[in-house]
Amino acid sequence: MIQIKGLNVDYFGHSALEGVTLDIPFGHSVGIIGPNGAGKSTFIKALLDVIKKRSGTVKAEGKDIALYRRNIAYVPQKNDIDLTFPITVKDTVLTGTYPNLKLFRRPGKKEREIAERSMAMVEIGDLADKQISNLSGGQLQRVFIARALAQEASVFFLDEPFVGIDMVSERIIVNLFKQLREEGKTILVVHHDLHEVEEYFDKIILLNKQLIAFGDVQDTFTTENIRRAYGTSLGNVMIQGAGGAAHA
Amino acid sequence: MLESLSSLLNIPVYALNAGLSAIILGIVSGALGSFIVLRKMSLMGDALSHAVLPGVALSYILGINILLGASLFGLLAAILIQFITSRSNIKSDTSIGIILSSFFALGIVLITFARSGLDLTHILFGNILAVPQSELLQSFIIMLAVLAIITLLYKELLISSFDPVVAKAYGLKTGFYHYLLMMLLSVVTVSSLSQVGIVLVIAMLVIPAATSYLWSNSLLHMIVLASAVGAASGIIGVYVSFRYNLPTSATIVLVGVTLFSISFIISPKNNFLRKGLKQA
Repeated sequence: MIQIKGLNVDYFGHSALEGVTLDIPFGHSVGIIGPNGAGKSTFIKALLDVIKKRSGTVKAEGKDIALYRRNIAYVPQKNDIDLTFPITVKDTVLTGTYPNLKLFRRPGKKEREIAERSMAMVEIGDLADKQISNLSGGQLQRVFIARALAQEASVFFLDEPFVGIDMVSERIIVNLFKQLREEGKTILVVHHDLHEVEEYFDKIILLNKQLIAFGDVQDTFTTENIRRAYGTSLGNVMIQGAGGAAHA
Repeated sequence: MLESLSSLLNIPVYALNAGLSAIILGIVSGALGSFIVLRKMSLMGDALSHAVLPGVALSYILGINILLGASLFGLLAAILIQFITSRSNIKSDTSIGIILSSFFALGIVLITFARSGLDLTHILFGNILAVPQSELLQSFIIMLAVLAIITLLYKELLISSFDPVVAKAYGLKTGFYHYLLMMLLSVVTVSSLSQVGIVLVIAMLVIPAATSYLWSNSLLHMIVLASAVGAASGIIGVYVSFRYNLPTSATIVLVGVTLFSISFIISPKNNFLRKGLKQA
């Protein structure tokens, strides 16, 4: 369980998150849903202690999150990463094993095998020797997910993994999420639209600077809650756009 | 040892010194420069190489080790640049400009204050033909130390350069690696002062690394090739400058730029020949 208490975060002098308090239980796939600028990415970055908190605490299994880091694999948004860096797919995936290696230690045979298995899980084995600058959006996303897999973590944080990817990649990633769920892993996903919410997640966090709602997708993904998160007019547009997927 | 080598190769000692120090400088600045280029810190590198000037002058006045004094000023400049950027809406290129010029101006004033002992022209443009053997040894030791640090911290330097956000999520102190590189940069700048001078240090850091980047598919490959390009520019530059009686440090830089230009046109990664024609 990840326990978040009174989380306040500032972003360039503006308040990005206000008083978020919730407990996220392990073993679920959890969607973080909300409009643009709602602080969704900021939320997971604050959980990981990658950005500064104004106040509040984040604990995992009762311990400070810093002590739990190795068990959390993070897939940032694709455009947060320097794609012109001279690195191959296989070496990128290999960097996922770094948190499990001590200072001065280099990845060896064991780590390369882990990386190979991770690449196979998202079907990018044939891209191993390509430069990351030469990949499509969907292939790139699978590379960064393979890197997260190579960390052999039990919790996965993903920031907009479905943006700008092809259908094949989407199917592979969705199937992987199901598989990870069956293995009892926890998946926390920032997701900006309302499509497929019920298919992807069994719990959702509705966020708009403040916590709007949190709970099982059947009870929480309601028209009422979405209007509260997106505002009445935008909420209606979003609900129609999603084909009226939300519960009335 | 150098004397016997010089008589064996039938090269005057000062020429051998110049050649060796050009190779050492090429190797160390190519390796360090690869990180400077990949972390988009070329401007920062330029600022730091200028910012060591007051440190050089002050070390001379106070009679302390020049490496220590200059590194402190280099680090101080890096901290101030970071401070201005984080405590205001001033962008980093502007704060770099402010710190670079103010430290440099302070250095010039201090050198005037120190009077006869220091030759400003020598510090600004170097004189690779007058490198004493003690400095050659010092450069060599610094090269070994820099290469050792890069080797030992290779995986940390790689991930903090490639993906700093994920590096932080891994629990890495990315600030530490930033200042470590700034520190190494200051030390290398000082050790190369007498060879190429403050003004052209940045060329040795950026040009071989940028040339190598155009051919590289991995960080290790880029570092090794950048060092090779740096060393080749150095030795060819020294030879050409002797042969045609040209200023040595400027010639080294021009050889490096020539290698870069060739790479820009023919390297498969840049693919200028095909892309250039398409765009035209």
